[in-house]
Amino acid sequence: MADMALSGVKVLDLTHHVAGPFCTKTLADYGADVIKIERPGSGDPARSMGPFQGDDPHPEKSGLFFYLNTNKRGVTLNLKTPTGREIFKELVKGADVLVESFRPHVMPGLGLSYEEMKKVNPGLVMSSVTSFGQTGPYAEYKATEMVIYGMGGAMVNTGQPEREPVSYGVPTAVYHGGRVAAVGVMGALFGAKVHGGGEHVDVSVMETLLNSVDRRISALLAYEYSGEFNPGRESQSGGYCNGYFPCQDGYFCMAANGPIMFPRLLKMMGNPEELSDPAFLTPQGQTDPGMRDLFEAVVLNWAIEYTREQIVQMAEKNGLICGAVSTMEDVDTDRHFNARGMFADIEHPVMGTVRSLGRPFTMSETPWAVRRPAPLLGQHNAEVYGELGYAQDDLVKLHETGVI
Amino acid sequence: MGKLPLEGIRIVDFTVVIAGPSGTAKLADLGAEVIRVESIQEIGTGARIQRAKWNREQVKNQPIQRRQFPDGDPGQRPWNRSAGFNAHARNKLCMTVDLKKPEGKDILTKLVAKSDVVIENHATDYMEYKGLTYEWLKAIKEDIIYVRMPGFGTWGPYSKWRTFGSTAESQAGRSFLSGYKDMDATEIPWVFPADAGAGASAAFAIIAALYYRHRTGKGQLVDLALAENILTYLGAPFLDYTMNGRVAQNPGNRHEYAAPHGCYPAYGQDRWVNITVTNDEEWEGFCKALGNPAWTKDPKFADAARRWENQDELDQHIIAWTKERPPYDIFHLLQTFDVPAGPVMDVKDCYNDPHLEARQWFETVTHPEIERPMRSPGMFFKYKENPIRVRRHSPRLGEDNEYVYKKLLGFSEAEYKDLEAKGHIGMDYAPHVP
Repeated sequence: MADMALSGVKVLDLTHHVAGPFCTKTLADYGADVIKIERPGSGDPARSMGPFQGDDPHPEKSGLFFYLNTNKRGVTLNLKTPTGREIFKELVKGADVLVESFRPHVMPGLGLSYEEMKKVNPGLVMSSVTSFGQTGPYAEYKATEMVIYGMGGAMVNTGQPEREPVSYGVPTAVYHGGRVAAVGVMGALFGAKVHGGGEHVDVSVMETLLNSVDRRISALLAYEYSGEFNPGRESQSGGYCNGYFPCQDGYFCMAANGPIMFPRLLKMMGNPEELSDPAFLTPQGQTDPGMRDLFEAVVLNWAIEYTREQIVQMAEKNGLICGAVSTMEDVDTDRHFNARGMFADIEHPVMGTVRSLGRPFTMSETPWAVRRPAPLLGQHNAEVYGELGYAQDDLVKLHETGVI
Repeated sequence: MGKLPLEGIRIVDFTVVIAGPSGTAKLADLGAEVIRVESIQEIGTGARIQRAKWNREQVKNQPIQRRQFPDGDPGQRPWNRSAGFNAHARNKLCMTVDLKKPEGKDILTKLVAKSDVVIENHATDYMEYKGLTYEWLKAIKEDIIYVRMPGFGTWGPYSKWRTFGSTAESQAGRSFLSGYKDMDATEIPWVFPADAGAGASAAFAIIAALYYRHRTGKGQLVDLALAENILTYLGAPFLDYTMNGRVAQNPGNRHEYAAPHGCYPAYGQDRWVNITVTNDEEWEGFCKALGNPAWTKDPKFADAARRWENQDELDQHIIAWTKERPPYDIFHLLQTFDVPAGPVMDVKDCYNDPHLEARQWFETVTHPEIERPMRSPGMFFKYKENPIRVRRHSPRLGEDNEYVYKKLLGFSEAEYKDLEAKGHIGMDYAPHVP
């Protein structure tokens, strides 16, 4: 296997759900040896979350688990037993990184706090990824995607003025939290490597969102500076020329606002007479409701003749900011994403071949790679515990006594 | 306290708008010397401010989100007083150079020779036009790490498109999955997690590349397309399509199987609370929190499947309860019963929030051209052993010219003055800049 960016980095993964696993997935995808540690029997709760292959709710057929845990090895370990915790400490001794996502009282309750881990391995980078962080009055509170987005993100400004705020829909905030957690881990890991010394990284998904999903960070400081803020859900797009519009086979998105883009749009549409009034180029004109209705009627009339593919090609020729509104089906056949190698066919012992997503970015010397599919529950027990010196009959005993 | 992780790493920062600067902010916070390369001859693509000249009247006429000067006053140098820029530029440095002039490229060459990383997020042809390719950089410094973040990547069928986060996300399928469940795609909200998402991945890519270089001595080129990065958040709906042929639709505020799951009106003007009950234990906790009202015992809500089927009716009962109570009261009460719930917070709520206060998340920053210290957004994550924090205010335009030109690049006093006269060095935009 080619040398990858994080080859040789050993990560113990106690995370579950999305944010933590997405953090460790990012590390695994670029070469780290991530050992996912699951509780014996049921494993990570994500195993019981869909989408399931063939809608069969089998713990080895969860698409969500498959996606989040590709490239990781998997073991079972019962941290509620003293023997389990001793074995865990043996693993910690040889690890570079530990990532966990329990509520803050859990690891100390098990005798596995950062202070305890530091005694076992002074150079360890431990990262705790939670909704609200390790300290503060909300530290033990529970959050889901929508709850944490409503608190850390700009949900209050999202949607329509007369209606309730609307969330991202599919989980997005927790993925962002997981990616920022990976930055926190990577920073501490680099520091440990170059300057020495371990670290406890405290990631609050709420704080990763404040900082700065959707201009939140700017909106915060703008309030401190000016005393003003956007209280509700008035349009944020800056003008009706920025938005989503219907066409022959679906919808497209464009940002045609302003003195540079609007003329390009007009040119693309063959300079329609109805939009020739120079008032359309002014900031007031581009937010005026009457002019908006006229604009939308003209665009609709024009766009209904063309497919998304035709429109994006015309937009490219005219230098207009534009993209199709794609479904997952469109993405699967998208000519750019396919040409760029954005998809990966991955072999899994139970699921067979699964067409999955590829790399978030490319690295010219150390490319992203699929080294292994998501692990079956306890799949690498013999291998990983064997590396610690446990023989097969030791493992049988540990299994029978509920340790693994 | 020891060294910060990226102390000693120098990053040449050409980033603009949100995605790039959000990434370099993380690196600057981690101790890297992030040098923003700007010009006093032009504003550029919304790097620091929309335009140089402002008066109070113009500020008042802006939509609220653009009135981002202290007390509405743009001051002598508005470009140093904009919240939009100052929010993410903490801990960074700023030098000015005019890359359109012949000496500009030479100055940049000298800077790259002493740097570890170069990062940009312009349209693909912008950097090529300026001659700033990976090959050019590598010839100056063999082990340079170069990160490029255009909307769709540096090559491929869409690589020449003009893009914003909005169009990158819509092509990548995220936009279709958002918005109210009962509305069509024309009402997709204008929000873009792709920008900050790309920034996070850029920061990760840079540190991973530095880690590899520390081991092998080799640099490399990173190609990070906004559209591709946000696509990697969509593993679940993508696999539902490839495995099962199901094309995901936007769920709005509802969930595929959990109920109640929604954003409910609370007591107060435009006040809301999110309540999400994901299992039977949480449902029991929820009922207890409400005092076990009779309606919760209706057979229609007896199990998770039925609650999901009847959630329209369920939501009506909940609204009747929530609208009488302020969002924070609901939040704390439900959390006491282990139910995931939370207020929908506005920026004022954030500044008043007791948790963020206890976490000391906001940091007080003083700035040489802002009349009072400002409580500013803090760190992306916390370190216990070697804490990271705001070490310096966001740089003024050209604030670090003396340091970069004289100390770092070794220009003499006479050469410095000459470059000032030629329009490279300064702290004010040239008079012709609008």
